[in-house]
Amino acid sequence: MAFLELKGVSKGFGTNGSRSEVLHDINLGIEKGEFVAIVGYSGSGKTTLISLIAGLLRPDAGTLALNDLDITAPGPDRGIVFQNYSLLPWLTVFENIYIAVDQCFPNWTPAKKAEHTERHIAMVNLTPAREKRPGELSGGMRQRVSVARALAMDPQILLLDEPLSALDALTRATLQDEISRIWLENKKTVVLITNDPDEGIYLADRIIPLMAGPGATLGKSITVDLPRPRDRKELNHMPRFKEIRREVIECLLESNRRQRTEITRTLVLPDIEPEDLTGPPPMLGGRRRPIRRREIKRETVEI
Amino acid sequence: MNKIKLDWLILPLLGFAVAVVLWHIVSKTVSKDLPSPAKTWMESREYVLKPFEKRGEMDQGILRFTWYSLILVAKGYVLALVVGTPIGFMLGLSKAFAKTFDPIIQILRPVSPLAWLPLGLVLFLGTGKQASELGALFTIAVCAMWPTVLNTAVGVRSIPQDYINVARVLKLSRTKTLFKVLIPATLPYMFTGFRLSLGIAWLVIVAAEMLTGRPGVGGFLWQEYNALNYSRIILCILTIGAVGFVLDRLMSVVERRFKTA
Repeated sequence: MAFLELKGVSKGFGTNGSRSEVLHDINLGIEKGEFVAIVGYSGSGKTTLISLIAGLLRPDAGTLALNDLDITAPGPDRGIVFQNYSLLPWLTVFENIYIAVDQCFPNWTPAKKAEHTERHIAMVNLTPAREKRPGELSGGMRQRVSVARALAMDPQILLLDEPLSALDALTRATLQDEISRIWLENKKTVVLITNDPDEGIYLADRIIPLMAGPGATLGKSITVDLPRPRDRKELNHMPRFKEIRREVIECLLESNRRQRTEITRTLVLPDIEPEDLTGPPPMLGGRRRPIRRREIKRETVEI
Repeated sequence: MNKIKLDWLILPLLGFAVAVVLWHIVSKTVSKDLPSPAKTWMESREYVLKPFEKRGEMDQGILRFTWYSLILVAKGYVLALVVGTPIGFMLGLSKAFAKTFDPIIQILRPVSPLAWLPLGLVLFLGTGKQASELGALFTIAVCAMWPTVLNTAVGVRSIPQDYINVARVLKLSRTKTLFKVLIPATLPYMFTGFRLSLGIAWLVIVAAEMLTGRPGVGGFLWQEYNALNYSRIILCILTIGAVGFVLDRLMSVVERRFKTA
């Protein structure tokens, strides 16, 4: 039994008529201390997958378990870093992290909670900004606060939901380095969701492509057997890096191609003719012309 | 610098001057019973120059009357907020509560203060002498409550899902979620409601005082109308307007303070 285990998980949205299945039969096992990146197109259900692991959503079918315990609700044992930071704008950096610490370690003394909070602010290099509110911080700084908050909860597993995709390329690289350093320091189990294969290869031990939806499934996992710590510049010249990169991208492209199918459906077109205004207007309540429905057309579309 | 002075000093003064001139012309031509600006000032001088003097129950300085009105408004307003805010929260949080009570709120909301006041007086008939004050309080609270109720409800409904997710991931208790997440996230909307409510409370007080004859700006206005002292009606109108303006400015300063969040 893996540390995090997903078995036959499916999830769809919408009601019966317009229901669409986002994830179909997801099976995933992640070992303790592993850094796994799930790479996929935007809209393929990545956020749905992480919300399921976080417990914010319940699956329609299948089971999820962390450390042999079923995941039924969100909890602080799964620290999550959202794409849009999700900081509380009326609290300072310190307070945003402190509220999490206070909630996760209710038995600690206030001094210990404060010290724990300060240490995590320092870990993401934000000590000078500790009294600032999120509105006064740049996107990169906000995301660091969010990472610090998740780590301060001392979760069993860290869930990163496209944490860097809203940032500019340079800030993104800096934060990737920081995440890599922090991971090497405390070897938490991490699930990273991303749409950037390079980011996944740089950070993760294993990459799992999420095939394009609807009804997305996980592809074959690809082990990233590159030595750590990894150097961004050297990485680009390693033949193994290029190989893994090609493998991931091909897998994703293939899944996207396979999704192209044809469907045929019946369309009823509106059958309206211009009104005839030459004659006298009809009596009250009468219609000028009956509405007909005689033209039914078949069309074939490629999606 | 000159441009700024023109904008906020000279142009507004010009506006007042135009209004006074028009008022003067109307009082000399169309309506001979309307006191001219000069006559208004002469006849209401003692009320303005000795604003806190008390000569009799209904013969007091204008600021003293204003003070009475403000106290009554403050009581009714606080009552409106205390009742309205929780109702707004429940409307925003519970779909069932909203479906149950929204129709009745929509029906009661447009009812005029003039219609509520008699009901208020009837409600507190048993209290004898206090009936007029309690009736007026009831009217102010009922009329001023709605903007707070509706704005709070909208604010609660528009709390981003992200904040709620944070509360869920942290497993905050219900009370903690309310005080640490829901209320701070709703504050800007709540204060917009509070400001609108204060404006309405001040509108209602005049009507309430006119009908009950309580000492206050509105009561004074009605008494002077009955005593045929028309210039003091104008004094009252100007006072009511000025006070309402000041109250609104004060609230918008407070409101802006919370908008930054």
